[in-house]
Amino acid sequence: MNRIVVGPFNRVEGDLEVTLDVADGRVAAARVNSPLFRGFEQILVGKDPRDALVFVPRICGICSVSQSAAAAAALRAAMGLAVPDNGRHAANLVLATENLADHFTHFYLFFMPDFARDAYAGRRWFEAARARFKAVEGSATADALPARAAFMHTLGLLAGKWPHTLSLQPGGSARAVSAAEKIRLYALLREFRGWLERRLFGDSLEAIAALDSMAALEAWAAARPPGASDFRLFLEIAADLKLRRAGRATDVYLSYGAYGDADDALFARGVWRPGSATTALDAGAIVEDVSHAWLRDEAPRHPLQGHTWPDADKAGAYSWCKAPRLGGEVVECGALARQLVDGQPLLRELVTGEGGSVFARVLGRLLEFARVLPAMETWVRAIEPGAPFCAQGELPDDAQGVGLVEAARGALGHWLTVRHGRIVGYQIIAPTTWNFSPRDAAGTPGALEQALVGLPMAEDGSVPALVQHVVRSFDPCMVCTVH
Amino acid sequence: MNLIWLQSGGCGGCTMSLLCSDARDLLGLLRDAGINILWHPSLSEQTGPEALALLEACANGEIPLDLLCVEGAMLRGPAGSGRFHVLAGSGKPMIHWVEALAARARHTLAIGSCAAWGGISAGGTNPTEACGLQYEGETRGGLLGAGYRGSAGLPVINVAGCPTHPGWVVDTLLALALGEFGADALDALARPRFYADQLVHHGCSRNEFYEFKASAEKPSDLGCMMEHLGCKGTQAHADCNLRPWNGSGSCTSGGYACISCTEPGFETPGHPFAQTPKVAGIPIGLPSDMPKAWFVALAALSKSATPRRVRENATADHPQITPAIRRTGLK
Ligand code: SF4
Ligand code: SF4
Repeated sequence: MNRIVVGPFNRVEGDLEVTLDVADGRVAAARVNSPLFRGFEQILVGKDPRDALVFVPRICGICSVSQSAAAAAALRAAMGLAVPDNGRHAANLVLATENLADHFTHFYLFFMPDFARDAYAGRRWFEAARARFKAVEGSATADALPARAAFMHTLGLLAGKWPHTLSLQPGGSARAVSAAEKIRLYALLREFRGWLERRLFGDSLEAIAALDSMAALEAWAAARPPGASDFRLFLEIAADLKLRRAGRATDVYLSYGAYGDADDALFARGVWRPGSATTALDAGAIVEDVSHAWLRDEAPRHPLQGHTWPDADKAGAYSWCKAPRLGGEVVECGALARQLVDGQPLLRELVTGEGGSVFARVLGRLLEFARVLPAMETWVRAIEPGAPFCAQGELPDDAQGVGLVEAARGALGHWLTVRHGRIVGYQIIAPTTWNFSPRDAAGTPGALEQALVGLPMAEDGSVPALVQHVVRSFDPCMVCTVH
Repeated sequence: MNLIWLQSGGCGGCTMSLLCSDARDLLGLLRDAGINILWHPSLSEQTGPEALALLEACANGEIPLDLLCVEGAMLRGPAGSGRFHVLAGSGKPMIHWVEALAARARHTLAIGSCAAWGGISAGGTNPTEACGLQYEGETRGGLLGAGYRGSAGLPVINVAGCPTHPGWVVDTLLALALGEFGADALDALARPRFYADQLVHHGCSRNEFYEFKASAEKPSDLGCMMEHLGCKGTQAHADCNLRPWNGSGSCTSGGYACISCTEPGFETPGHPFAQTPKVAGIPIGLPSDMPKAWFVALAALSKSATPRRVRENATADHPQITPAIRRTGLK
């Protein structure tokens, strides 16, 4: 048995270290360490509850709006507020913009550059991949960054700035949209759609969203050359490297449901596993286990009873990340989970047949561009200038509130307890906390830890690019993980 | 010029903000100015041992290091060990790497308020003993010490903001690359003066409301947010309302108060952020260059003269009364 420590893992958000036990040329066990701890859950204690809206977005600079949305939802629950329609549309637009921008950043800056590495020289697609995706120098960087920045102008209008807006409030949005601004927002979305249709897909978003089976996807790919678009090139690479066979975790998928409340949400809430229907989520069955984290505590706790007490010297611990479990199970969250729970047929067929994989996770994200951007266009059209954007209310001195939202990377929950007008408990479970959790008290590894097991090492014994693909397929956000 | 970018006790938001730069081709622009990104954790190809080898080579002087950009607070805890952030794969605390690289760098830049002062990471009880590179809140010192100078002679350049504006970073880097950035380009807190010699209040779209003390009372109101909603735009040093964020935005145009995120200690205002502390009904944090008695007298006068349009629009989320059309006879 040989032990290899991999890190710093760059082109992920934040700092990540992975320890691999290697036997017979394959990964026998993996341990995932998030080596940065800041302690937001302590920083928040004692604050005025509304101050959470200032602090929590600063947990993460890449999914700052989703943290704001979760805090606003938790405060809203504590205040018992109902958001006016305009406020809902604005908040959906703000969150969807960030989520799509994250998918965009992930594909162009974090994930694809690995295929431009010299290790792949000689592959039939290599020269194309290198010209387009080489880190810093590839044509995609020069091309995609301005498109992303232009798309983010929607947040200049709707949220003042990104990251770290305060426009998302418990009652909706503090930024009303005028008739002229509504048109500008629409134009910005159409501009981004144009870029996606030209560069990313080489086809209309509606045509991509309509891909409802593996046969349909294969026929779509067969009808165009590999150089036709970035998506087509990705399909080519994925087929050649068999990315459908790499990186399977537990195949239990969790989504809190996205863009709207339970009934009228764009994407459904629930838990899905291959071969069965979506089941309802029991949020009361969520606990966090700290047996392998540098945190002091005995039993696994529900987040409303949770604590975060650092203990850097704890024996047997190897990460600052807690281990969330749902009814005792390791679950995976993210765009793939969101789409599986919602019933997207192509992904359901793929995962039912072969299980989750690097390919399925990336495909889940790409399909979201095609499903979410058209919805954003309808939300903009539904805004009624002149009608209210923000409900007002009082926060009780003693209250609890839970905010469950979907960040780009999946299920994000905030659990808030207020006593005498001050925060006495604030617990956060971020998507990557689920996906990159360490072992629990029963010794069960987290989702990534399981997904790495069995991967072959390179012939010279070094860590192959495949390990990088598996890790990055989750689009981890390490600053969120341990907050 | 070789550039290394490190991230420690922060959120990565200053990098994400930088990627919102409205330059047509941000990385091409930097390359064109002669800035060579040796390593950046979000952008570079090198990972694991290759990345560590690069840092090592800069730390021991084999590769010259011109620009050291540090994002995020320096986490000194627990008990001074730095173990709240060990650089992955290296077994060593990030504060070790920052000290070693800063000792070689021609210029060291604190990117954002965490790296400058400790920032939000130093909020509350500061559980991780977070501080900035050369400041701890308003006190000089921090990780590197008050006497630290880059080998070119400047103290740590505090490109403060939470997050920092992409333009503030790009302009500072370009000015350094062009050799047009000296000690006189820094303000008393070592922030670049090109943005820190302004106030957020300058150019705020709510200035007309401010003049008449026509105030917003609740989120989404259009009025000035100084009197009730905690706005510190009259004291915060930054050009946010002159240099837009994300195309056209700013905090105040986005419907919420400036929380003075470029200032040391902004994370501990001593009152709820969205509420203006007052004594006898008068805000305690008045504009920094205005005597209190004058402010009170002028406010009373201007309130009595507030046009109905301004007064009514201040507490609504869209204009209730539009400016009158008058035939003035002027051509
Ligand atoms: S809202 Fe703030 S920045 Fe704008 S005018 Fe009022 S005090 Fe000045
Ligand atoms: S307006 Fe104030 S809080 Fe907002 S970014 Fe500028 S300085 Fe920071």
